[in-house]
Amino acid sequence: MLIKLTGGKVYDPAHQINGKVMDIHIRDGRIVERPHEGEKINQEYDLRGKVVMAGAIDMHTHIGGGKVNIARMMLPEDHRTDPVAHTEHCRAGCGHAAPSTLTTGYRYAEMGYTAGFEPAMMPVNARQTHLEMGDTPIIDKGGYAMLGSDDFFLRMLTAKQDQNAINDYVAWTMHASQAIGIKVVNPGGISAFKFNQRALDLDELNSHYQVSPRDVLKALSRAVHELGVPHPLHVHANNLGVPGNMETTLKTMGASEGFPMHLTHIQFHSYGTEGDRKFSSGAAAIAEALNRHKHISADVGQILFGQTVTASGDNMRQFANAGHGSPKKSVIMDIECDAGCGVVPFKYKDQNFVNALQWAIGLEIFLLTEDPWRIFLTTDHPNGAPFTSYPHLIRLLMDKSFRNDMFTKLNLDAQAMSTLTSIDREYSLYEIAIMTRAGAAKLVGLHDRGHLGVGAGADITVYTDQPDREAMFAKPDYVFKDGELVVRNGQVVKVTWGSTHTVKPEFDRSIEKDLKKYFDRYHTINMENFKVRDDEIAEGGRGKVIVQACEGRRERSE
Amino acid sequence: MQSSGTSQSDSNSSLNEHVACPACGLLCDDLAVSIDVENRPEVVRNGCSRSVAFFSRADTEGTPRVSGKPASLQAAIARAAEILTSARQPVIAGLGTEVQGMRAVMRLADSTGGTLDHMNSVSSLRNTLVVQNSGWMVTTLTEVRNRVDLLLVIGTDIVSYNPRFFERTIWNSETMFGQDTSRREIVYLGGRGLDTSHGISPAGVKPTELECDPGQLPEVTAALRALVAGKKLQVSNVAGIPLSELETLAARLHAAKYSVIAWVSSAFDFPHAELTVQNITETVIKLNEKTRSSGLPLGGSEGDYSVNQTGTWISGYPVRSSLMAGYPEYDPWQFDAARMLNEGEADTLLWISSFNAEKTPPNCKVPTIVIGHPAMKFEQQPDVFIPVGIPGIDHAGTMFRIDSSVTLPLRALRTSCLPPLAEVIDAIEAATRLDSETC
Repeated sequence: MLIKLTGGKVYDPAHQINGKVMDIHIRDGRIVERPHEGEKINQEYDLRGKVVMAGAIDMHTHIGGGKVNIARMMLPEDHRTDPVAHTEHCRAGCGHAAPSTLTTGYRYAEMGYTAGFEPAMMPVNARQTHLEMGDTPIIDKGGYAMLGSDDFFLRMLTAKQDQNAINDYVAWTMHASQAIGIKVVNPGGISAFKFNQRALDLDELNSHYQVSPRDVLKALSRAVHELGVPHPLHVHANNLGVPGNMETTLKTMGASEGFPMHLTHIQFHSYGTEGDRKFSSGAAAIAEALNRHKHISADVGQILFGQTVTASGDNMRQFANAGHGSPKKSVIMDIECDAGCGVVPFKYKDQNFVNALQWAIGLEIFLLTEDPWRIFLTTDHPNGAPFTSYPHLIRLLMDKSFRNDMFTKLNLDAQAMSTLTSIDREYSLYEIAIMTRAGAAKLVGLHDRGHLGVGAGADITVYTDQPDREAMFAKPDYVFKDGELVVRNGQVVKVTWGSTHTVKPEFDRSIEKDLKKYFDRYHTINMENFKVRDDEIAEGGRGKVIVQACEGRRERSE
Repeated sequence: MQSSGTSQSDSNSSLNEHVACPACGLLCDDLAVSIDVENRPEVVRNGCSRSVAFFSRADTEGTPRVSGKPASLQAAIARAAEILTSARQPVIAGLGTEVQGMRAVMRLADSTGGTLDHMNSVSSLRNTLVVQNSGWMVTTLTEVRNRVDLLLVIGTDIVSYNPRFFERTIWNSETMFGQDTSRREIVYLGGRGLDTSHGISPAGVKPTELECDPGQLPEVTAALRALVAGKKLQVSNVAGIPLSELETLAARLHAAKYSVIAWVSSAFDFPHAELTVQNITETVIKLNEKTRSSGLPLGGSEGDYSVNQTGTWISGYPVRSSLMAGYPEYDPWQFDAARMLNEGEADTLLWISSFNAEKTPPNCKVPTIVIGHPAMKFEQQPDVFIPVGIPGIDHAGTMFRIDSSVTLPLRALRTSCLPPLAEVIDAIEAATRLDSETC
């Protein structure tokens, strides 16, 4: 089957293509060279005047695993506002803040997204995470395994074990949990909370292990780098949401001593303490530091107004924030001496000083960070807002007058504290394509996604170029997933199941001897059952595991 | 699927190591189960009363029946599809299954507009309603095993529901943090005539026991909550328990570094027991202002946790829910299967119980399809009976543990001719699609 997409305006930043009119050919799910004269084209789509990009990739979205399902379970009132009836192609579900898995897949695809990555997969909960992602149709999936508050790793740090042993443990965890990245959440802090510590700054010690978040970041960022895992250590820093936390964030950028790190939902970590209310924007300083530190990337975690739910591994901070919840309820868990979680529903209001300023801070970071290859478009779904608000967010970035109109509706005190309207920048389509496609694929290590070069998986989104960017990005004309037309005019027309992306870095398997002993002594499950097997993900032929290459592997340290 | 755990001990039987047991919510995965020449499983190591019963009742054969008469699987599936196609308001109840089975059930519910109710809903809703109303702070088994210094058990002995709880998570010989587990303190609050022998430490220290009638747990837990919050009570006793004892308990909870308060919702058999669960969970939240404390809901059986989790990610809701409107709805009162059957709202019953032969459907007048354990016996023959394989014995599966954070694979321990539930449900669903296209 040879498909031709004819005459679209192509935005493919991986190949420096910026709006060039081009044809694209697809065969067996891949983008191929222009066929020979006379070769039969089975199907042609006339895309003249349309905008063509690779399928979008959400590199940080909470779509599966224990805390997401807790969020679903605890918010029937939110689901009731967004029931989704079954259609000819799609099964029933529900949407809004914590949508059902099926609806999640359909709605991502309907917005032109073809991949999403669950950023907080607890290794001990990885099986559930993959089960949920396995029930998320159409899009590709993957997860970042959470380390850094797990007892095995922390005792390795306490014992000052060498970096090679840590690398082996990190690699083992990635295999066992079928991960594509490593995430650290409130480094050491989830564990510290279990020992009744209520805050942990970058150089403060976990009272039991006597190690600091800085030690955790150093060891894990180096492990990820030396294993050749493409995605740098994914860092949810200490002190989320705390006024003045920008200092922690700035110090955190230096904590890896040059090893690459990705600072996630950085908006929640960019707060100063200026002004009457001791809450101010740290965006200028954070963006300036991002511009300077080339080994650091970030996604924003933009907040948008309305009801949502925050779901995080950071039970220390979620416990502290539970009183701000709306509706007022929260689930906080300690989990398996591995990690924890906290789920707190939240309603962001434009008339609330703090929320309004959070909104402005996120946008300031987007607009003041110069390199679109190192800043990513997220709402930390659902923590800042549900992912369905991305088209609105894109418009805020691309349309200054729209942005300034929105700004005038904010709490007046917050307006007075923000410099947002003095920023003239508007993102271009090319820059949006970097942030949501080429850059995201490069960051996550999806070598054959996020671009439209020959050999790439044919995940392609086609839009009608409209001045209203929200309308444009909300409803693509066509979405192809692995070469199959799955969405037409913003509606699913075919349901496929997508794949699960992983990496499998090499490691010294003798570490399993120690782990086996450790599991038998302290844990309540068998080590073998901790591991998620390929056939559990591939179940029923519906899903499949793709192993992305660890190309940048470094020599083991001596 | 997993060969490493199986060995041929002699030519006649095989031994499976590290078997996960779905008989209760603990999901212990350290069992050794042999399969004898007659294909019968037997727990040979790390068994308990529940696992021994579960594995020993595993019949290998069963014949599908239509109107009480033996029929081929194909004929039984066709008849079941016919009944469901003509149903206007089917309820899918029992729901004794695991993740893969529930996934199939959700597909069938979507295409037939079915209502979903689990046989344990009455008790699991006592917890669900608290999560939905106020939330809670809870912990998991490995945390308990390594951290607990004071265990408060409310209204149950635990072991009637989870026989190996104390063995595996309280009196374990060592912990990650060097705790002397024999010094762990155990308090039983409420209930009468409980088997508290498991709460005696290896050093012989007896647990504290504060008895009351189970029906008085609401006032006792409310009193403890008030005392933990620092309120003064103007009474000398609560439900027969001297106030001073409760005050001492509150002080011990405040002094503990990691207390755990455990309950089993099915033991709270009185009206609005969710409010008692909430008294417990709010006590925990209060304690966390200064020290650490966690709740621990225990119990679990017949796949209740797996069904709730799977249903929630697929539809957004735990049971009781329905797809009768074409989209999922949730209502613990409206979608009560027993109520719908009694009041004539439901016109068809599909009953599922794949773990337990004794969980048979309620007697009712509407057409009934039963898919279940091969040893099931009926007072009233259902219109269709389809025996299916037992998850974790006859076929692989996935199961949630009581703490909802750990899921474990169930393995096929023997060859079986009985199809897994998911296969039967998918075949019925495919046949209903054909039926509705032709009519």
